[in-house]
Amino acid sequence: MQFTFFHLMPYRPLDMAERHKHRAGWVVLPNTLYDPKKGANEYDSYINQLVYAEKLGFDVIAVNEHHQTAYGIMPAPNLIAANLIARTSRAKIAIIGRALPLVNNPVNIAEEFAMLDNLSKGRIITGFVRGIGNEYHSTGINPYWSHERYQEAHDLIVQAWTKPGPTSYEGEHFNVRYVNIWPRPYQAPHPEIWIPSMGSSETVKWAAAPERKYPFLVTFSSRELVSRYLNVYREQARQYGYEALPRQLGWASPVYVADTDERARKEAKEGIETLFNDFLAVPFQMLLPPGYMSLPSMKNTMRMRKALGAQKRLTLEELADSGVVVVGSPQTVRDQLSKLRDETGAGKLITMLQFGTLSDELTKRNMEMFASEVMPHLKD
Amino acid sequence: MPGTETKHKVRDVSVRMMRGGSGPPLLFLHGANGLPVWLPVFDLLSKHFEVFVPEHPGFGTSDNPPWMRNIGDLAMYYLDFIEGLGEHSVHLVGQSLGGWTAAEVAVRNCTRLKSLTLLDPAGIRVKGQPSGDNFIWSPEEAVRNLYFNQAIPDQILGTQLTDEQADIALTNRFATAKFGWEPRWYNPSLERWLHRISVPTLIMWGKEDKLFPAAYAKHWGDKIPGSRVEIVPECGHVPAVEKPEITAKEIVRLYQGTR
Repeated sequence: MQFTFFHLMPYRPLDMAERHKHRAGWVVLPNTLYDPKKGANEYDSYINQLVYAEKLGFDVIAVNEHHQTAYGIMPAPNLIAANLIARTSRAKIAIIGRALPLVNNPVNIAEEFAMLDNLSKGRIITGFVRGIGNEYHSTGINPYWSHERYQEAHDLIVQAWTKPGPTSYEGEHFNVRYVNIWPRPYQAPHPEIWIPSMGSSETVKWAAAPERKYPFLVTFSSRELVSRYLNVYREQARQYGYEALPRQLGWASPVYVADTDERARKEAKEGIETLFNDFLAVPFQMLLPPGYMSLPSMKNTMRMRKALGAQKRLTLEELADSGVVVVGSPQTVRDQLSKLRDETGAGKLITMLQFGTLSDELTKRNMEMFASEVMPHLKD
Repeated sequence: MPGTETKHKVRDVSVRMMRGGSGPPLLFLHGANGLPVWLPVFDLLSKHFEVFVPEHPGFGTSDNPPWMRNIGDLAMYYLDFIEGLGEHSVHLVGQSLGGWTAAEVAVRNCTRLKSLTLLDPAGIRVKGQPSGDNFIWSPEEAVRNLYFNQAIPDQILGTQLTDEQADIALTNRFATAKFGWEPRWYNPSLERWLHRISVPTLIMWGKEDKLFPAAYAKHWGDKIPGSRVEIVPECGHVPAVEKPEITAKEIVRLYQGTR
């Protein structure tokens, strides 16, 4: 397997009592709750963890993009990537991903990735996402066109990377007379593109297409759903007439390892529960603005929500039992990960070893434990 | 007399439409919540007019043609629609998103309009007075914030939607986002051309509107030559629902002034 150490960079000093006086930790959470001195220390800690992950033998260190939220303080993940390039030499650096529909000129994304790829001499992996629903509120971009803008931005970026310039691009949302980027990407034809997703069938079909074969990463989903979505991708690949390779299949999950199951659950509890209930949780009209999902998918989602009734706080126990998070002794974690790998043929594991309010000290222990007790058993 | 439901087709677009009453034609353009039931205000109006209430393309079960991408397309569609009614001209009434559409129709071409009534219309921005954010409101807030008299939302919220009604509400929300999300609830060009409206115009506004503050009414009144502004007390965003008698009375008064 290929191992990725992924970071969200949550703002841990958040006053949770204050946070719950507001709709969410997104969009409308007053930024007076952000203390720059504490925030600066958070960046220090997190960048050190990413750099340390290379030393521990992770293949990839990864960041992503979020806006106007305590959930992740990386509105410009490329700035972190540039910093990581200077402090590492071996690991691939993944930005998974940039939210394509949220920009008004996707050529900028193509340019910045090309620069990073040159600066790192080809160590960059990219990821293309649509952003989380909340970000259509915080950027003002119309979610009704989210899918269309994503497709066009993707096509434009790949064109900028691969077609000798100048070319032009003519879309409904983006219309660019001169596509002619300097620098061009270091890797030929271009850096890898990963597709993190919550498993929408439209996305699976698109990512698996023979002209793309993009690695597909299922995020924040139960064991059962990860298995289902990855197998849908494999099935889709067969329909296209080829067999999906392990490198095309992956999943992302918070992981916590300690000596015993009991200790692991105790130490991970607060971090996991703050991640899901305090940082991530938002009302559905914020998370799923109109058009973010297709109308048929949205109709189903609304019916499921109606059946479920009111949402309660999620507990570590529930999340661990359903496999949304993997928490336990080295043996437990090894067993769960290899079982899922065998069921799905996945070759990529994207681990979140810091999550929610988990402290630097526990993060470091978790990273070391994972690297020494779990990784060697699952390496190819 | 409740209206009857029909289908109305113009070019390649078929929409649901309610119609009722007799007299000169009045075209009512609904707001973001979609095609309403046959409201008391329509009964009152149908004593004087033949009332047509179409469901906009993209809403409910009307067609959603892929070329309909913005409010300008919707306005041009309604110019086609009015020609397709077989009537020489109509009294045009629009609520909120429908009011915005009606104004966009009127700045383009008034020759087939007899009068124009805008009820708490979207369509312009007043700096320093942002609209309420109906896309972030919870489902309960979204109902409560539309009315001054809370007995109305109490009743609405007390009724469970059928699956079919929930699907229609969701479809309407999608269409509303398409037209109104960005720029939020206005067209930067519209205000520059309001002087072109050359038919008798009435602007009605609920004094307690939480979506578009009643302060907007004066801006509309100042821009549309010869228009009349009526602020309705103890009324929220939807005068047609909350104050049907006043709404109908003022529209009839406007019509009588045109004869």
